[in-house]
Amino acid sequence: MSKLERRDGNPVVKFFIYFVCIILAVLSIFPFVVMFINSTRSTFEIQQHAVSLIPSSHLLDNWKVFTGKSFNPTTGFLNSLIVAVGATALTVYFSTLTAYALVAYSWKLRGAMFTFILCVMMIPSQVTAIGFYQFMYRIHLTNNLLALILPAIYAPSSVFFFRQFMLASLPLELLDSARIDGSREFHTFNHIAMPIMKPAMATQGIFTFVYTWNNLFMPSILLTRDEVKTMPVMVSMLKGDIYKREYGAIYLGLALTVLPLFVVYFALSKYIIAGVALGGVKG
Amino acid sequence: MNNTLQKKHGFSYAKYGYLFSLPFFIAFLVFNLYPTLYTVVLGFTDSKGLGNITFHILKDDPWKNFRTVLKAPTFILSIKNTLMLWMMNFIPQITLALILTAWFTSRRNKVRGQGFFKVVFYMPNIITAASVAVLFNTLFGYPKGPVNDLLVSAGLRDGAFNFMNSPTATRWIIAFIQFWMWYGYTMIVLISGVLGINPEIYEAAEIDGANDRQIFFRITLPNLRTILTYTLVTSLIGGLSMYDIPKMLNAGNPNNSTLTATMFIYNQSFQNSYMYARGAAASMILFLIIAVLSAIVFYLMRDRK
Repeated sequence: MSKLERRDGNPVVKFFIYFVCIILAVLSIFPFVVMFINSTRSTFEIQQHAVSLIPSSHLLDNWKVFTGKSFNPTTGFLNSLIVAVGATALTVYFSTLTAYALVAYSWKLRGAMFTFILCVMMIPSQVTAIGFYQFMYRIHLTNNLLALILPAIYAPSSVFFFRQFMLASLPLELLDSARIDGSREFHTFNHIAMPIMKPAMATQGIFTFVYTWNNLFMPSILLTRDEVKTMPVMVSMLKGDIYKREYGAIYLGLALTVLPLFVVYFALSKYIIAGVALGGVKG
Repeated sequence: MNNTLQKKHGFSYAKYGYLFSLPFFIAFLVFNLYPTLYTVVLGFTDSKGLGNITFHILKDDPWKNFRTVLKAPTFILSIKNTLMLWMMNFIPQITLALILTAWFTSRRNKVRGQGFFKVVFYMPNIITAASVAVLFNTLFGYPKGPVNDLLVSAGLRDGAFNFMNSPTATRWIIAFIQFWMWYGYTMIVLISGVLGINPEIYEAAEIDGANDRQIFFRITLPNLRTILTYTLVTSLIGGLSMYDIPKMLNAGNPNNSTLTATMFIYNQSFQNSYMYARGAAASMILFLIIAVLSAIVFYLMRDRK
């Protein structure tokens, strides 16, 4: 009996733990609840009572105010989508390929290449942004989404992630038997190794997508024309003069910029949490 | 296995190793190494002006930009702000993450609903930081904003408080947002670290009659050393290149009290006079600071055994 009690733990401690966890959960959700609910309320209602848990009926009015200015949510959405999908595809494919080179073949510079990847993984892109900008300017790629997509071929932290996964789950015997069956190396990678890597590619794909979608620094340097701006760059317009005191429209705009992320998150949260636990997530 | 097969066929597969890592390496040379060297060189030039890509190396006084930047009070302030903001968020963040880790992995107190709590605590991390910052700017609005509304109706304040006009309040709001976005991530990483520790060690400790506190400090914490180092270094690098939240929350105001180092670099290079050379020099100084501090962390956290 006493043993059972110990397993259950102290009820006061347990109550305290749940209390703190519930407070933290409310803290995580509350700002977004205010945002979504206020996007349905009129500016007048918000000015009377800024917090309400009851949605109102002014979503369409807010939409009209929101889209009536120079903010074009469709353009921002499409630009973000192009960049995020393009960068994710390149990162996932080429990082898997590079990891495959590191795991499936023994070559002289393999160890050196891996150490090198570990070192450059840490360098934040902010500190080399000026050189990157001038280089892009010289080759006329500023205000071009390709400048944000092509560099995704080089993603050292993804290579690291795939290498760890491959060491654990890619049987090299399988590659040998494919060779004996006459499969060429590139074909073996695409048709035998890649399917085995699918779970890891999905996890890394989600993180690359979210990271690219959210990125602000590089796009705000490279994209100055409105028609190529991505969602996070456009968000600053919500704070500017054009929506001064149009709170309903501001909340609606914010809600729209993050809505795709909520959809992705709640559909895939199981994989995302598992992916974070595996490490190697930070862009 | 691989090696033996290679010998048997008298054919080397090594070239595929080089071939398949080639795209990665080329992309590194073009999109990373070249821009990095370019930035280094720009630091020693007179490069400035929007759309002007001609520049001259400062032959007489090559370190001029570095001196100007190091003497600029705004740059020194921005470095101080950045470090302060990072510490104000990281200390509470790692503390809370460790407490939650101890709770969620305790073998005596099984906490139910962990899956739900993990999903909710991690959620703010994947939401666009730019949008989150603007949202908080609106939530802390003056005179009519949700936070002021709650404070006044709860009787905690007589009138609305202008948060965005107070350096202390703005700094704490930024630190809070960073904390709020990252503690869930840190917690999940630490929990997975604890789950990787050999359960036999815990069983032995329980048989020996160790209590929860002793188990946490004597077993869990020492075994998390590598993961804690990783968390500390990645958070430090992320914190020192902090940009999105201070920029979008209050653009470094009031009085540059929330101006960070990357915001300084951005303002030098991409606003007003477009002083690329000065921004490049500041970038290199920031890079050096990051490298030195990371090295210090690795040194302090090394395994002394």
